[in-house]
Amino acid sequence: MSLLRSAPYLVVLVPLIVAAALAAGIRVWGRASAWVALLGPLTLLAVGVASLGGRTSGSLTWLRVGERAMVVGYNTDALAAVMLVVVGVVAACVMVFSIGYMHDDKGYVRYYALLSLFTAAMAGLVIAADLVSLFVAWELVGACSFLLIGFWYEKPSAAEAARKAFMVTRVGDAALLLGMAVLWRATGSLDLAVVLGKAGSMAPAVVTAAAICVLLGAMGKSAQFPLHMWLPDAMEGPTPVSALIHAATMVAAGVFLIARVWPLFAAAPAAREMALVVGTITALGAATVALAQRDIKKVLAWSTISQLGFMFAALGAGAWPVAIFHLVTHAAFKALLFLTAGSVIHGSGTQDLREMGGLAKRMPLTAACWIAGAVSLAGIPPAAGFFSKDEVVASVMHASPWAGVALFAASALTAAYAARTTRLAFFGASRGEKPAHESPWTMLGPLVLLAVGALVLGAVGAPLLSALGAESEPLSLPIAGTAVVLALMGAALGWRSARPEAAAQELSDTWRSLTRAAFSGWGVDAFVTRFVVRPTTAIARATDAMGDRLLIDGIAEGVASLASRVGGLFAEVQSGDGQWYAALMATGVVLFIAAAVWLVR
Amino acid sequence: MTTLVLACVIVAAGLYGVLSRRDLVAVLASVEVMLGGASLLLVAYAAAGAAPAAGQGYALFVLAVGAAEAAVGIALLVSLVRRGRSRTDQIREVRG
Repeated sequence: MSLLRSAPYLVVLVPLIVAAALAAGIRVWGRASAWVALLGPLTLLAVGVASLGGRTSGSLTWLRVGERAMVVGYNTDALAAVMLVVVGVVAACVMVFSIGYMHDDKGYVRYYALLSLFTAAMAGLVIAADLVSLFVAWELVGACSFLLIGFWYEKPSAAEAARKAFMVTRVGDAALLLGMAVLWRATGSLDLAVVLGKAGSMAPAVVTAAAICVLLGAMGKSAQFPLHMWLPDAMEGPTPVSALIHAATMVAAGVFLIARVWPLFAAAPAAREMALVVGTITALGAATVALAQRDIKKVLAWSTISQLGFMFAALGAGAWPVAIFHLVTHAAFKALLFLTAGSVIHGSGTQDLREMGGLAKRMPLTAACWIAGAVSLAGIPPAAGFFSKDEVVASVMHASPWAGVALFAASALTAAYAARTTRLAFFGASRGEKPAHESPWTMLGPLVLLAVGALVLGAVGAPLLSALGAESEPLSLPIAGTAVVLALMGAALGWRSARPEAAAQELSDTWRSLTRAAFSGWGVDAFVTRFVVRPTTAIARATDAMGDRLLIDGIAEGVASLASRVGGLFAEVQSGDGQWYAALMATGVVLFIAAAVWLVR
Repeated sequence: MTTLVLACVIVAAGLYGVLSRRDLVAVLASVEVMLGGASLLLVAYAAAGAAPAAGQGYALFVLAVGAAEAAVGIALLVSLVRRGRSRTDQIREVRG
């Protein structure tokens, strides 16, 4: 135990070595790779639990620039320990689940190598004590996300989605890098302890600029409006990957980042305001979109965006421990929902809700786990989601009543889409073509574990919040009561909207166009394509034609053709005619002799 | 002095033959003529100098080298003629 606590960098080293070993023997490992890969998450879990008892930190100087030194280090405070446990548990569940889910895939070992690499990167992100190693890990999780979304890279839509995810998050990453530059200039260090220590004494404009840059980086990673469009597309990846990366851990890294650099935000009210607005818009908007989706994974993707919006709103309200609490419960119930969705897809062969129906009879345990997750997502007591969402709404209500009301609406919508999806997938008559079958135990085991977590994690709220240094507020009856009533009403409406007659019913024109707009994510994607992507592409084309092809290629090709032409002149001399060479030689000899005679005269 | 001029004339005549004739046999013969001129020069200088034996020795060497060169040259020539090429302007593979 003490070894684990004194050497927390093992959480990076172990999965990294596993990933390298798997990658080196990609044709050798076979089925064994899953059990080897499991070493990584178990290390995270062990170190995380050991570190709950007390923090350790260490650092070394990487390089010196003049009088400034760049320090890299690790730090396992309560926040890092909690995150390590979350990442470890979810990653372990996902790896065990994937044994069944990825059973017949020809990229089995590559899959586990990438999952291990991701685990290493995520662990590095969590224990980083400085912005340099944090940023390296931040980019590495992004790269792993890219590789895993595009895991089935032969599928054009998957390759396209991977590229899109990479490009969109890159926008945020560029802002984060800019924020690091601002902080380096203002404080002369990227060591978090130093930077955050000086946060209070920096000029307000500087600290606000830095905080907004960090916020933009977090928004890209956590798929917040308007940088959210990559996450629904990221569902092209294998479903367990969506559970691990695009629900529980990586997308929550934005929330973690802001919590990590909280003193900056404490000193920058404008950045907090922005987080609150962005989070509220995202929470409400994404919930409406989730209500109109037809693909079970897309529902969950939009739901994730919405729930991350809740966390951002909590951050904006100044209650970062509450955001982390919601992160933890969300990791449990959303990973659960994604894995059950994976089990459903595995058992029924489809991910279109219109082709499911009646799965509860065929897959009873999967259905039970799904319902546990959905209840938690909808925020119905006593599931974990209720407690964390209640804390979020209460803290936001405290900071801005308007945002609080919007979050109430978002909660009701959350319950509505949770109920709708549940009914469409698991109840009513079967609409599938072939009969579904229950999944093997390797897939059900993780589901049961996460289902227990999704139901009882509410109990860890108070100790978690106090470990993070915040008071846990007692449930305020008006807010909790309103939330429960709204959730039940939303669930009832969602349940009703999914009744079998509704599918056949003729809709009014306005309602139909509204549904279509919501289905497409309120046209944000089309808007961005039209006003950002296309102009950028046009500028790139123009520079390519003018700058690259005309100027650069002109110079390069001009030099080349000049050389070739001069060479052509001399090539004429090499006629290949032996007598011609002999004549040249004879002329040379004569000239030499003449010169010699003339010189010694 | 006369021998010297004669040697120069022979070498020049050979050179003219090497450069102007298109027939490979004629070119080879002209090379032999040039060698003959050079040998004559060696013998002539040696006779006028202190160690005539050395010059004559070298001349003999030149004859031997000339014979070897003629053997190689004629082998090449035969090989070329077999491929239907007996003129210098038909051998241009090393054109740049």
